[in-house]
Amino acid sequence: MTKKISTSTIVSAALVILLFVLVFVLEKVTNPYSMLFVVLKKGAIYALVAVSMNLLNGFTGLFSLGQAGFMLIGAYTYAIFTIPADQRMSVYQYFDGGIIDFSIPVIPALILAGIAAAFFAFLIGLPVLRLKSDYLAIATLGFAEIIRAFFQWDALGPVTNGSNLLKKFPTFDSTLFPFAVVGICIALIVMLINSSYGRAFKAIRDDEIAAEAMGINLFRHKQMSFVISSFFAGVGGALLAMYQTTVQAMAFKSAMTYEILLIVVIGGIGSVTGSVIASFLFIACSEWWLRFLDTETFIGAWQVPLLRSGFRKVVFAVIIMAVVLFYRQGIMGNREFSPQALINKWKKLTSKRKKTSKEGR
Amino acid sequence: MDFINNNLPYLLAGISVGGQYALIAIGYTMVYGILRLINFAHGDVFMAAGLIMIYAVTAMPLYLAIPLTLIATVLIGFLIERVAYKPLRSAPRMSVMISAIGVSYLLQNLALYVTGGLSKMYPTIPWISDTITIGGATTKMVTVITPILTIILIVALVTFIQKTKIGMAMRAVSKDFETSQLMGIKINSVISATFIIGSFLAAVGSMLYFTNYAAVIPTSGAMPGLKAFVAAVFGGIGSIPGAVIGAFLIGICENIIKGMGLTTFSDAFTFVLLIIILVFKPTGLFGEKANEKV
Repeated sequence: MTKKISTSTIVSAALVILLFVLVFVLEKVTNPYSMLFVVLKKGAIYALVAVSMNLLNGFTGLFSLGQAGFMLIGAYTYAIFTIPADQRMSVYQYFDGGIIDFSIPVIPALILAGIAAAFFAFLIGLPVLRLKSDYLAIATLGFAEIIRAFFQWDALGPVTNGSNLLKKFPTFDSTLFPFAVVGICIALIVMLINSSYGRAFKAIRDDEIAAEAMGINLFRHKQMSFVISSFFAGVGGALLAMYQTTVQAMAFKSAMTYEILLIVVIGGIGSVTGSVIASFLFIACSEWWLRFLDTETFIGAWQVPLLRSGFRKVVFAVIIMAVVLFYRQGIMGNREFSPQALINKWKKLTSKRKKTSKEGR
Repeated sequence: MDFINNNLPYLLAGISVGGQYALIAIGYTMVYGILRLINFAHGDVFMAAGLIMIYAVTAMPLYLAIPLTLIATVLIGFLIERVAYKPLRSAPRMSVMISAIGVSYLLQNLALYVTGGLSKMYPTIPWISDTITIGGATTKMVTVITPILTIILIVALVTFIQKTKIGMAMRAVSKDFETSQLMGIKINSVISATFIIGSFLAAVGSMLYFTNYAAVIPTSGAMPGLKAFVAAVFGGIGSIPGAVIGAFLIGICENIIKGMGLTTFSDAFTFVLLIIILVFKPTGLFGEKANEKV
């Protein structure tokens, strides 16, 4: 019972390996503190969270806006369990060093972060997943706000450090680390989407009533999608904590969920590769390429109008609105990027050109 | 009695905030009633009204600044609908909601750009910022004015919806979008009217709301917006009296929780309430039950 591995799978795998090698070499050759690596690290983390949100919104048709809440849970879980025991006194300075006096290695902590987020998703999903479309959106958004308030509560200070920063936990230097973790997670999500469960998710997205009639247990599948998506959002949150080197509940506002949602929309709802491409583009634009809009620029004695701090974000928001209004499919629509598709498209293009040139004669 | 005496300042503040939420909530509930859209940008329109007021006051006397703020906010609401929602009328509901989130993102970033990231002091409007004493509790005049003004505006609005032709059209559209279109109702003007009314009330609400706060920042609108939305859901979305009752309830509970020293949870409470109501009575207090058709 061995499955035949298709050439396109091999080509895709080779491309991924090539990408890793490229990143590795680039980091060795160029300045590893340049903007490029900021974009690559943050982009990879956002890619994971965007894909996890796409699993819900794009593949299961559950419009959830709780992603920032699950990221918060993941980030806090990771930070709480990995701060080295001898550093705890200085981090939890207002809470007598906290109540946890051990720490666990990075990888188990990442998995634990995901499990914690998934557990909360399981609990919240019990009541909330019975709701319909926009009620679900607003309930999950509300849940994220509750979580944010809860983690800042002083009474939980010995665990969460109240509203103070969590810091001094292990972080990563190399861009390869987030790439590897994100790569594995996205591969798992893709495998899930291509499995029979994934097909059930898509059936629910396309028509709930028809799916139920086909014998798909609606609630159980929705719950599964919700819990799994939250697991990966939790891992993404933990990676974000590592990237930022500090965590504070304040930062995980609903604006963060909106950003991730916009990434999913730009990439195309229902396309994993679209989400990945869009998140790198999104981070690159917001952190790097549009920076010049924020600095006052002079051409000769003439000052370019409008350019000052904050203009970048306005332009950026206008671009996003344009995509949402006029380019609703996003970059990829619901297709996937693959070498095979690219070759097919190329063949189509060239054959068309041959045809037209023949007709021209 | 003792409880009321101790909590009187919070109760007063709660009624006042409740009235302000009610004014915002009407914008949400009317838009949802007609378009079935959670207008995420509504809270940011409310914030924009605050900022316009700040800039207007620096340039002109108050008796011009207030009408100008009202007109400008109405214009913003109208333009948002025309530019961001109208092209998506036949698109899936989710696209419109995403567009609303995009507008909210745009308005916040625009506000950030215009203010340069600095928090702007809200001007003191004479008379309504005066302090008065009620039953031993010192408060601002605005606390007393808000509920009265809210009730006057709501009575006016309900009369408008019940008696005028456009009000009748609104009721028809919220009952059945497509049929009313076939009956010759000009959908676009009805929707525009809804947005104009919603924005106008949000502008009035923002003047009352920000009088109690020192400054306006680009994200000032997000929280009151969400709470007003919860109020609308609580009362049964699409129902104006429901939204008003929900708003007062949320305003009062939130301030009493603050009074008990649990300020961290005053925001979270609203959402706990939301989840409870959604689980036990998803249609809210006065909402109509919609049956799903295959």
